[in-house]
Formats: sequence, C-alpha cells, structure tokens
Amino acid sequence: MNQVVQPEAATGLPDEQMLIGLGERVLDEARRQGATAAEASVSVGTGLSVSVRRGAVDTLEYERDRSLAVVVYMGQRSGAASSADFSEQSLKATVAAACSIARYTSEDPARGLADPALLATEFPDLDLYHPWSLDADRAIDLALECEAAALAGDPRIADCDSASVSTGDGLRVYLNSHGFVGSRLGTRHSRSCVAIARDEGGMQRDYWFSVARHADALETPAAIGKRAAQRAASRLGGRRLSTRRVPVLYTPMMARGVVGQFLGAISGGNLYRKSSFLLNALGEQVFPAHIRMQEFPRRPRGLASAAFDNEGVATRERTIVDGGRLETYLLDSYAARRLDRQSTGHAGGVHNLEVQSGDRDFDQLLQDMGTGLVVTELMGQGGNLVTGDYSRGAAGFWVENGELAYPVEEITVAGNLKDMFAGLQAVGADRDDRGGVITGSLLFDSMTVAGE
Amino acid sequence: MTESLDIARDTLLAPAGLDDGALAQAFDRLLGPSVDAADLYFQCTRSESWSLEDGMIKQGSHSIDQGVGVRAMSGEKTGFAYSDDIVLPALLEASGAARAIARSGQSRQLQAWQRGRGRSLYPPLDPVDSLSDQDKVDLLRRVDAEARRLDPRVEQVFVNLNGSHDVVLIADGEGRLNADVRPLVRLNVRVQVEQNGRRESGSAGGGGRYSYARYQEGDMALEFAREAVRQALVNLEAEEAPAGSMPVVLGAGWPGILLHEAIGHGLEGDFNRKGSSAFAGRMGDRVASEHCTVVDDGTLADRRGSLNVDDEGHPTQCTTLIENGILKGFMQDRMNARLMNTAPTGNGRRQSYAHLPMPRMTNTYMLAGPHDPDEIIASVDRGLYAVNFGGGQVDITSGKFVFSASEAYLIENGKVTRPVKGATLIGNGPDVLTRVSMVGTDMALDSGIGTCGKDGQLVPVGVGQPTLKVDALTVGGTRN
Repeated sequence: MNQVVQPEAATGLPDEQMLIGLGERVLDEARRQGATAAEASVSVGTGLSVSVRRGAVDTLEYERDRSLAVVVYMGQRSGAASSADFSEQSLKATVAAACSIARYTSEDPARGLADPALLATEFPDLDLYHPWSLDADRAIDLALECEAAALAGDPRIADCDSASVSTGDGLRVYLNSHGFVGSRLGTRHSRSCVAIARDEGGMQRDYWFSVARHADALETPAAIGKRAAQRAASRLGGRRLSTRRVPVLYTPMMARGVVGQFLGAISGGNLYRKSSFLLNALGEQVFPAHIRMQEFPRRPRGLASAAFDNEGVATRERTIVDGGRLETYLLDSYAARRLDRQSTGHAGGVHNLEVQSGDRDFDQLLQDMGTGLVVTELMGQGGNLVTGDYSRGAAGFWVENGELAYPVEEITVAGNLKDMFAGLQAVGADRDDRGGVITGSLLFDSMTVAGE
Repeated sequence: MTESLDIARDTLLAPAGLDDGALAQAFDRLLGPSVDAADLYFQCTRSESWSLEDGMIKQGSHSIDQGVGVRAMSGEKTGFAYSDDIVLPALLEASGAARAIARSGQSRQLQAWQRGRGRSLYPPLDPVDSLSDQDKVDLLRRVDAEARRLDPRVEQVFVNLNGSHDVVLIADGEGRLNADVRPLVRLNVRVQVEQNGRRESGSAGGGGRYSYARYQEGDMALEFAREAVRQALVNLEAEEAPAGSMPVVLGAGWPGILLHEAIGHGLEGDFNRKGSSAFAGRMGDRVASEHCTVVDDGTLADRRGSLNVDDEGHPTQCTTLIENGILKGFMQDRMNARLMNTAPTGNGRRQSYAHLPMPRMTNTYMLAGPHDPDEIIASVDRGLYAVNFGGGQVDITSGKFVFSASEAYLIENGKVTRPVKGATLIGNGPDVLTRVSMVGTDMALDSGIGTCGKDGQLVPVGVGQPTLKVDALTVGGTRN
C-alpha cells in the first residue's frame, strides 16, 4: 500500500476491495492461530485542515490515518489488538497479540459475535460521501473570510482565536466470521470560528461552527464569523447571581449534552452493571407525556447515519421515548445477552436521534419561562449516572419578563437528572442538527442555581 | 540518554533503513530561508489494557501505533504533515507538504547532528513485558478480592490495568537529535456499593513511569481497593451538597487540580502570546496571596507528568509560575518562546506524532506553607471540606474554571461533620488564589491519575498541593 502523504487535495482513499482483502486475511490468520470466531475492522482516513489568525495562516495540517483492529474468540474467551501498520508481518503479530490475551481472559457466556439473524443484509446508499476538492489556498481564503466577518461582526471583537476550515474522508470496513462484510464510506467537512470580545471588564470568547457531509450544506464563512462575534460580544459584562431555584432553559448545543446523559443512563453497559439511575425504567414515564425521541439511522446525509452498527447489526428506525415513556434500551450484543434481550443495533451509540416536542421557537420559550436562566455554556463533567446527581459550571443570560436581561457567569446549575427529565416542560423548534443527537432548546421547570 | 537514543534508533529508524543521511535529506526538503524552525518526530507506542469486572478478566487489548510527524514553522505559521509509515518516500512527501507553509526561496543546509545530553528520570523499560500476563491477571484478581472482602455492600468492582511504552526520536533543523523512552503504567479501581436500593461509587488508583512490578511491592494495589471502598461507603451517607459561596478547604494532593485549572492553563505560552489568556500582560502582578508559590516541574523521578526531554527535545525543568503570590513565569514550547523572545521551558508536548506540539503542563503543584492542616479546618465556621475530585475545566479567556468534588464534607463550627454529595465548584482563575488565606504544611502529589485535554490532545500530567483554604468559592450543590 502506498502511504505517501499527498500535499495537495489529499483525497484518494485506498480501494474498498483492498481493505476488505486485508480484513479477510486477518480473519484467516485468526482461524489459523486457533480462534473459534473473530471480527476485524480496517479503517483509513485523510484530511486537510487550516486555521488562520490575524489575516494569515496559523496552521496547515495534512492528516492521513489508518488502523487495523481485531477481536478473537477462543470459545467464550476473547482478546483484542490493533495496529497502524498494514504489513503482513504486523497483521500476524496483531492477531497473535489478541490470541495471547484471549488465553488469559475469563470464560464469559455473554461474549461473542452478534446474533447472525440480526446482521445487516442490505446496504442502501445513504449519500454520505461527497469529497470536497479543497486545496490549501482555497481553504485559507475561506477561513480568512470567516475571520474577517467575525472582526467586522461587532466593534467589541478584539481578536479571533482562530478561524478554521477542514475536510476529511474516511472508509471503514467491518468483517466477522459469520461472513458479514460491510463498509462505510463518508466525508465530513466543517468551518468554525472562535471570537474574542473585550471591554473594560475583561475578555470573553465564544464560537460557532458548521459541519456537514456535503460542503454545499455548510453555513457560509461570513455567517459563521458573524455568529461567533455576536455570541462572544453578548457575554461581555457578565454578572453573577445569588443562589436560587429557577426554571432553566438550555440552548440546543447545551441540551445535546443532557440528552447524552439520558442516553448513557439507558445504554446496556450501564444497565447490566446497575450503574444507572434508570434501572428497570423500560415502559416507565421518564419524561412528561409530550416528549418523544426517535432515531433515524438511515437518513440520507445524516452525520451519524449508518446501515449497521459496530458489530454489523442492522440499524432501523426506532422510537426510544413515546408519550414520555421509555420504549427501548440501547443495547449491543454483549449487554443484550447480559440482560437476556436482543441487540438493538447500538454498538457504538445512537444514529441520528431526534428529540421532538412542540413547535415553540426560542423566543416563545423565553416567554413561557418568564423569569429564569438561559444556559449557553456548561463546564466540567458534573453528571453522575449511578445516582443521577447533576452539578455543572454555567454561563448564560438572566431572563426577566420573557426577555434576555443581562449575561451571567461564574454560576453553577444543579439538580437530579431524574427530576430534570420529569420536569422537562418543552423542547424548542430551534433544532440543532450538527451531531448524532438532534434537539432544540430544553426548558426545565426548576434547578438550583448557585452563585454569590 | 545515549541508551535512549540507541533504543530509539533501533526501534524507529533501523527497521525502515533510515540513517542520519536520510534525515538530512528530509531536512533538505523542509528547510528554506523563510522557515525559522523545523522538526521530525518519530514515535512508536505500544500499549495494553486489562480489565476485570464481575470477578472475571473481562477484556484485554494490545495496540501498536507508529509514525512520523513533520513540522515547519515560519514566523507564526506552522505547516504540519504526518505519516503512519516510517519509510523514506513518506518522510520526504510529508516534508514537502509541511514546507508548503513557506513556499519560496532556496533551501539551506542542516547543521551537523548534535546528540542531546539528557537525564534519566525513569528507566527505559517496556512495562508490557515487565510482568507475565498471568501475573497481570492475578494482580487484578487480588485487587477485586480485597475490595469484596472489605464490605458486603460492595456490589461491583471494576479494575483496570494499563501500560504503555513510548519511544520517541526528535530531530530538528538546528541539528539536535534527542530521544526518550517513556514507560507509563496505571492501575484503577472503581467500586459500586448498594444499601437499601441506594447505589454509590468510589474510585482510586495511581501510576507513573515505572514497571508493573511496583504494584506487587508492598500494599499499593490493595490500598487502592481499600480507598475506593472507603469513598463509596462515605458517599452512601452523603446528604445534599450546599449551594452558594462559602469558605472551602481543599485536601492535599489530587485537589491540586485547582492549580491546573485556575492558573495552569492560563499561564501556557501560546495563550499569552496570542493575548487570549486572562493572565496576558500580568507578569510581575500579584495573582495570589503571599502564601502561594506554584511550580511546574517535569523533572520529578517516576512521575506521570515527568519527561526527560519534552516532545521538542528540550530538557524539562522546574519552572516557578507564582512566587509568594507574584506571577513569575509562563510555560513555553520552542515556537512560543521564540515569538515571545524568551527561553523554552521544556513544556512542548503533543499527544502523538499525528498532533502538533503545544505548551502543556507537566507536574504542577503548590509548595508547602506554614499552617497546620487541623488549624485550617478549625478556622472555618461553616464551609466545605473537599478531598477528592473528578475532573475540571477552564475558559482561559474569561478565567472562569470548575472542578468537581467527588468526596466532600461540611465543616461546622471548626469541625468536619457530615459527608455531602459531589458538587462542582466554580471560580475565577486570576483572583481565586488571592483568597487563599491559609496553606498547610502537608504538601502531597497526586497518586498518578491525571490526564489533561487541550485542543483535543490528551497528555498525562501530575498535580499536587498542601491542604489549603479559599475564603470564598461557589459550591454548586442543591441545598440553598
């Protein structure tokens, strides 16, 4: 294989058949070394990213990655190994390393490949591959355009920390000894800007970004720069709040994290370990009746679209929450066996999960809230999935009479996730589709805000 | 050092048939009149991980990653390319790509190679081979058995053992040739306890740049199990944490994450060169109380954050950041030091060959002060005593930072009373240390568990501090 870094327009991924051939050799080698079953994944990716600052290029990076990973099974024991070296010698050594480990792991009845009946058999074109023939000069120009828009976006913008443009493509093949062979080919392009605003009180930074499978779907550089500038400037003059309990509205970017905590609490790994505050919640009312969550794994051009999960299990549309009730857990094969259930095709996570509710936009949600806190930034981990206890650093805006009154900072928001979910009053129509979880703003009825 | 260089040549260059002449050829491509500096970073990392759960050795994995990162710098511009194939054509191609940042002009000559003189803070061993696989899994089982033996309320025990062997060779345009062979191990225990349907967890662990054999000496590994069980049982009794601003006493050791977040990141050279740090332009100012002296020290033997040379081949050092409350120094890599007209401090670090180096912390800690730790607690009427933490985060521009307590107690009338649930603490970096009114005599470093993330790059770090009191810090609990 030719692993030469290409300086211009670094596209040109290796042939799919070549990667599949490599995966087949891994499976053959595993069999030869005594494995009773095995799975292999081989991935390659290339990328170009540029970042500019003060009207000139700051960094220009060419990326080229590859990885070969294998899991071998010796009966109910398993071992895993990976390498970035695709040579025949490395392939054998990688399989040998996995086999050696398998001799020391325990017999585990739940271990093994996915149930053959659940493996994907059709591979629709999900329209995920749209290479962007972007050379470094063009990328730099686009980033400069973005930075200029940020600097012009508000008189208080002192500087841009960076304005960046990146493009990347990747191919991953997955094979297992049930005879499954699947490949995923996709592109991912993004533009982003981090603006810094300054006044006599100090500096504030904020950012904006756009990411898509097709470059045409990206927001314009000017729009991204301007939005980053407005967001940074709007934070200047932040005040603190006294400690109180109030309704809290999470903007979509922040809401995605809370939804992520919910998904963690219903994922198989935490359930069979009893490390979730949502044990035995299947069929229960976790959210108010107006909340619905649906997953669309095969949506064309979706950022998290895939026809099969990381174990080859076919994905399909699912309703995860209906009428506020939990309709399904998120299970991979191992967790499914531990819980005496079937895999739901969630090895590796969710694929385009949408939180749905009413059609109130952000301004209407402010009206609904009346007085309270809008959270635009969260800091720290702060969520404990075992207990549901939740506490994070925050910044945002204080809201009075349904309108943004002033920016606030150096405060915390806290509660218990179970109570927060039960008190989820509304999901905004301001849906943000820049990730595998798609949601609008979330309005929680009551959280503790700590400050001065 | 010579030994490290020999190991690095054997591991990284010899298999590809690369010699000094090949490196010089790459620099011929890389260097031009407008290129101020350039380097090649060869790396091979071998790592493994073992995990125990449900009393079973549940998973094991092994990985090898290798490659070369090529960087050219021209003024404030950086061109970067890498290849995971260490062969001459790929090296030359990457050099051409990185060089694209400074397109014009004639090439210039590389100086004759000079080998770096380094030190030996840790042995150049491969931890993966330092213990048999059987001994590794036996170690996990002993830790599991100890945790389960301690209390019937222990419901789940998770034990992880990780080891890695990182061989790097750094050649730069000045003709400097440096190498480092970096072992790193870590053992971690998480315990989940259950009582009347209430579940809580606790965790403990540690490691450093040594072999697994350290875990077999004495009681170290079993002590992690005891500590994790102790924390989990304390949390079973924890009540709602208070909300609001109050005096906070931080325990010695790992709570030094305060320093890492509140001031450490803000004192990294890149943010100060760009003026994006809340500390920019404040050198010589008072940023902490007179009791506070804080250093970043990459030269501590065996420590997780230590390096013989940084990832630019510069020797690590002990840099005073704050001395008796006055801001004294930033942490620098070569590029930011050059652009700020100052000397590098051995803080140029990168996650791997596929990432660009940046100024990063090594082991960051506060020196001991004059106060008896008991006296510090006795001085608080009503406040929080926080002794264990999860992670933290900082916005270096606004200076706001958080760190999340995982084990904390109320202080009432000068006495530690009831445990409270974990809560996030938030403060303002440039002024939080001015409110440190008491600093203990009990300086301790953490047990070797820290990983720092910056721009998506992870590197191992250490922190430490004595017991100290912050007169006012906001505690993000739920009880108003």
